[in-house]
Amino acid sequence: MKLYPPLSRRFLRVWQRNWTVYRQSWKISFIPPLLEPLFYLLAFGVGLSALVGNIRYQGGEISYVRFIAPALIAITVMNSSFFENTYASFVRMYYQKTFDAMMATPLTVEEIIAGEIVWGATKAVIATAIMMVVISFFGLIRYPEGLLLLPLAFLGGLAFGAAGMVCTSLVPNIELFNLPVFLFITPMFLFGGTFFPVENLPGWAQTTAALLPLTHLVNLSRAFTNGRIDAGLLPGIVYLAAFAAITFPLALYKMRKRLIK
Amino acid sequence: MNAVIEAEHLRKTFGELVAVDDLSFSVAAGECFGILGPNGAGKTSTIRMVYAFSPPSGGTLHVLGLDITRQARAVKSRIGVCQQENNIDPDLTVLQNLEVFARYFNIPEAEATRRSRELLRFMALDHRENSRAVDLSGGMIRRLVMARALLNRPELLILDEPTTGLDPQSRHQVWERLDELRADGLSILLTTHYMDEASRLCDRLIIVDRGRLLVEGKPAELVRRHVGRHVIEIADPAEGLPAFLREREVLFENIGHRLIVDLEDGTALYREISERFCDGGCIMRMATLEDVFLRLTGRELRE
Repeated sequence: MKLYPPLSRRFLRVWQRNWTVYRQSWKISFIPPLLEPLFYLLAFGVGLSALVGNIRYQGGEISYVRFIAPALIAITVMNSSFFENTYASFVRMYYQKTFDAMMATPLTVEEIIAGEIVWGATKAVIATAIMMVVISFFGLIRYPEGLLLLPLAFLGGLAFGAAGMVCTSLVPNIELFNLPVFLFITPMFLFGGTFFPVENLPGWAQTTAALLPLTHLVNLSRAFTNGRIDAGLLPGIVYLAAFAAITFPLALYKMRKRLIK
Repeated sequence: MNAVIEAEHLRKTFGELVAVDDLSFSVAAGECFGILGPNGAGKTSTIRMVYAFSPPSGGTLHVLGLDITRQARAVKSRIGVCQQENNIDPDLTVLQNLEVFARYFNIPEAEATRRSRELLRFMALDHRENSRAVDLSGGMIRRLVMARALLNRPELLILDEPTTGLDPQSRHQVWERLDELRADGLSILLTTHYMDEASRLCDRLIIVDRGRLLVEGKPAELVRRHVGRHVIEIADPAEGLPAFLREREVLFENIGHRLIVDLEDGTALYREISERFCDGGCIMRMATLEDVFLRLTGRELRE
């Protein structure tokens, strides 16, 4: 059963639904992106940087706090969109049957899933904006270049959200999300150039890291935060865009397979 | 053309499993039409095809004159659907549930709020407008789902087991609302396995089993055609009863400790049976759709 066009602007209706629900509990949703960077900056920036001191990064020397603050933003982008489009989307699909209800309206599966992924990206942008406020208090973001972090969060959110949605289309039950989290999210969190430069890794691991989306997101985040904009950033942007350009349609296709019976 | 639903040789398969097998039926405008059948008979599979949720594996299906495989979006914008599960948004209030749903039909915001309030009044939920949807009782949630299905002013309302799990008060309230909608000329398609519900609501119905059509007709007509007027039920019948009935050439059904006799006029026979063979309980009652149903689909459990 094909609806033409399968993907119209109506996907915004699904996004709007999630926005309405989010506004119900925004006071609680605000807390994690507000407190998380504070905790990390305190633990790593104050606690650990006494041990680490300054760090050599791309030929220069920067303080450890300045090194990890942009990484915290990138990690938040990854987590907020990936978890939104895995656990939260799965709850809506499987337990609340929200998608079933939507599928009895003029909405198509493609519009429902597109709305979900764009919502995941939106949550990444909201979380980033909150973190930027906190981190700016420490004087760690250069403006106006730092504002580029917001569109970057949206792009990264699309990439990780769509990847999460592909997982959602595959898992038979919610416990199985542990698998992509353990195999995909956690390694990137640790080795994606987040808490130490990728250059500290052995050669083969550097190559692997270069294939992972978070590595590029962290690089871009660091560049935008420190106001260093140059052509060298282009490959990273192209990589993230390509990653989203593959996972996004794949998620729509796999979810159609899963939902239309 | 006056049919709101026209299904011809409809078929639905899931791999090896044939859920709906060569099913043809049509529903006229303004009619309340029921699909009855035991669990796994293909009721839900059938109506899911009608509301363009699942694509038919074969046959043709027109809803409101539109081909369901090619004009699904147009069909969906003109019908209202109450699915089996109460898939409301638990995080939202009662009113928000309706307002959010109205957006899926591109109903402008002011109009959506106006219609939502009107439908909440109609469903006797207006006093709970600002309650969280999860805090409602089962009957209220059901009515909320019904209100939601009416937001787009549908020409056809589809209900999958509308009163399953409701208490008698809630069931009657749902039935009354459906009566009112029907009086306004709304066409209704419903599935149920409550025979009293089908008799009460349906102008016409079909009974399906294992995906195939068994019978079609008006409820009262089906009872007369397949059972007769009276049913005599004898619990723990005395020994001689089966022989006596055979002698009288009366058909009966023996289900262990219970013997069931269907016939057109059972008054005379009932007197005789109750005097001579009735050790346990013995009653005569009017035949119902349930007798037709059990006669046609058998008594064994479907699980």
